[in-house]
Amino acid sequence: MAIKKERRDFLGMALGGFTALGGIAALGAAKRTWDPLPSVMAAGYSTIDLSAAKPNVLNVEKWRGKPIFILKKSPDMKKDPREVIVGDNRYLICIGLCTHLGCIPSYFPKEHKFKCACHGGQFDASGRVLKSPPPIPLVIPPFKIEGEKVVIGEAGEEYKKLKADGLTV
Amino acid sequence: MAHFTKATSVHDWLNQRLAIDSVRKVLATEYWIPKNINFLWAMGMILAVTFGLLLISGIFLLMYYKPDTKLAFDSVNYTIMSQVGYGWLWRHIHAVAASVVFLIIYIHMFTGIYYGSYKKGREMIWISGMLLFVTFSGEAFSGYMLPWGQMSYWAGMVITDIFSLGALHLDGLVEWIRGNFVPGDAFLNRFFMLHVVLLPLAVMALIVLHFATLRIPHVNNQDGEEIDFKEESQKYLSGNTKNSKVIRFQFDFLSKDIVVLGFFLIFFFYLVFYHFEFAMDPVNFDPADGLKTPTHIYPEWYFLWTYEILRPFPKNPGLLAFGFAQVIFIFLPFLDRSPNVAPANKRGAFKIWFWLLLLTMVTLTIFGKLPPEGVFTTYGTITASFFILLWLSLPIITKFEKPIGGK
Repeated sequence: MAIKKERRDFLGMALGGFTALGGIAALGAAKRTWDPLPSVMAAGYSTIDLSAAKPNVLNVEKWRGKPIFILKKSPDMKKDPREVIVGDNRYLICIGLCTHLGCIPSYFPKEHKFKCACHGGQFDASGRVLKSPPPIPLVIPPFKIEGEKVVIGEAGEEYKKLKADGLTV
Repeated sequence: MAHFTKATSVHDWLNQRLAIDSVRKVLATEYWIPKNINFLWAMGMILAVTFGLLLISGIFLLMYYKPDTKLAFDSVNYTIMSQVGYGWLWRHIHAVAASVVFLIIYIHMFTGIYYGSYKKGREMIWISGMLLFVTFSGEAFSGYMLPWGQMSYWAGMVITDIFSLGALHLDGLVEWIRGNFVPGDAFLNRFFMLHVVLLPLAVMALIVLHFATLRIPHVNNQDGEEIDFKEESQKYLSGNTKNSKVIRFQFDFLSKDIVVLGFFLIFFFYLVFYHFEFAMDPVNFDPADGLKTPTHIYPEWYFLWTYEILRPFPKNPGLLAFGFAQVIFIFLPFLDRSPNVAPANKRGAFKIWFWLLLLTMVTLTIFGKLPPEGVFTTYGTITASFFILLWLSLPIITKFEKPIGGK
């Protein structure tokens, strides 16, 4: 009897083990099914021409379906290490989604401020938080400067420096 | 195999094979209901009927709805509303029922809290009910996405963003849930799947569980009286119906249920035919636009109170408070430490607690709809903090409650 019981235990464990393996494999497949499609991942670059930008006028471009804010700073706006210098001009380049819950803030040119209507968050012209709930400044996307143009989605030297300095996530 | 005899009727034929008489006894004619319960106990039946209305109207809407970001808005607002014969009727029934069902759920919940129907022996009724509430909330949210209007899109954006869990910054998880960087086709289709298959199945399974939890402890009554159902049902079956404290579910109690249901349906179809717009947000009649946020984002009225708990705090504490509000009701049977099963008005500090809770939730609902500016944010923060304090105080105030009637 004892031998028989051991054999049954072994069969039970073997069955359990195979079931667990199959279960894990199925979970992996389910996880992959929910991953973004390759076509979505590939649509990752937007090239924006900065030569037409006017000071203190917000331009909204699109990258990966998200709004990208480009703001050419006017001379009276204060300097900030977060700004991007292209030629002689200073720019704010950031993802135009409030870091609280993802709404799009609107720009108020007279106050040089971004205000998010949904939860009352406010950012300055460099994307820094002036009023919570947003926990962090507006996120700067990977970008690369090519003359008067900027490519969003590719990490250039300027972006790597900003990131290394902890100025964006 | 059991022994079968030649059937004398269709009923007998079925009875031999399916024991339909026994099933009917267990579920209906010998399912005992206390006599001393009021119309608030009919809310369960009203919910079952409303769920049925949602299911049927949903099936009709499904025949013309298109889960595609380019087609969804027009398939609802043009095809179903003006081309499909009586399409507007199903949509109005579906939209009104989706809103009204939450009103009834809240009444049902607060009836349970007021009369102590979640206490010793009835914990599973309460827990299964709260699980049903959470699943139903998911069902409502996923359904709200489908017309792909501005509020659908931005509510989807905001709610999925919650999964980055604040400081943890799990952006990869958010993108995985959406199947894209922003809500898109993948997002719409998976919420469509959740809304029409997975969550309704879960809701139906939980409804069965919720009914099953009633079987042994039975429903509570207006006085919180402990009834010996075996003894009282024997009295009833022996013909002493007048002195028995219980009645049959079918058709004795059902007749009362149906009267209340009748009043409800008058109210319901009044809304469907004359005031359907109360269930529909005007902003959601603008097609979704990923580059434009509505000036003021708010959920449907039934989620405003939890939304207001999330909103006024900074991101991380806000998420913690929101999480707290989502789960705390489930623990009610264990947080209320008084042994008394009695209506709130016969209990001590709990009476005040109950009305304060209700008032706090109504206040949160009002602030949730108002724009988050100036004093509203301050009042919102205070009320949301007060809500949390109320729950933290519950074990203390109920511990000192005096037992009623020397029990």
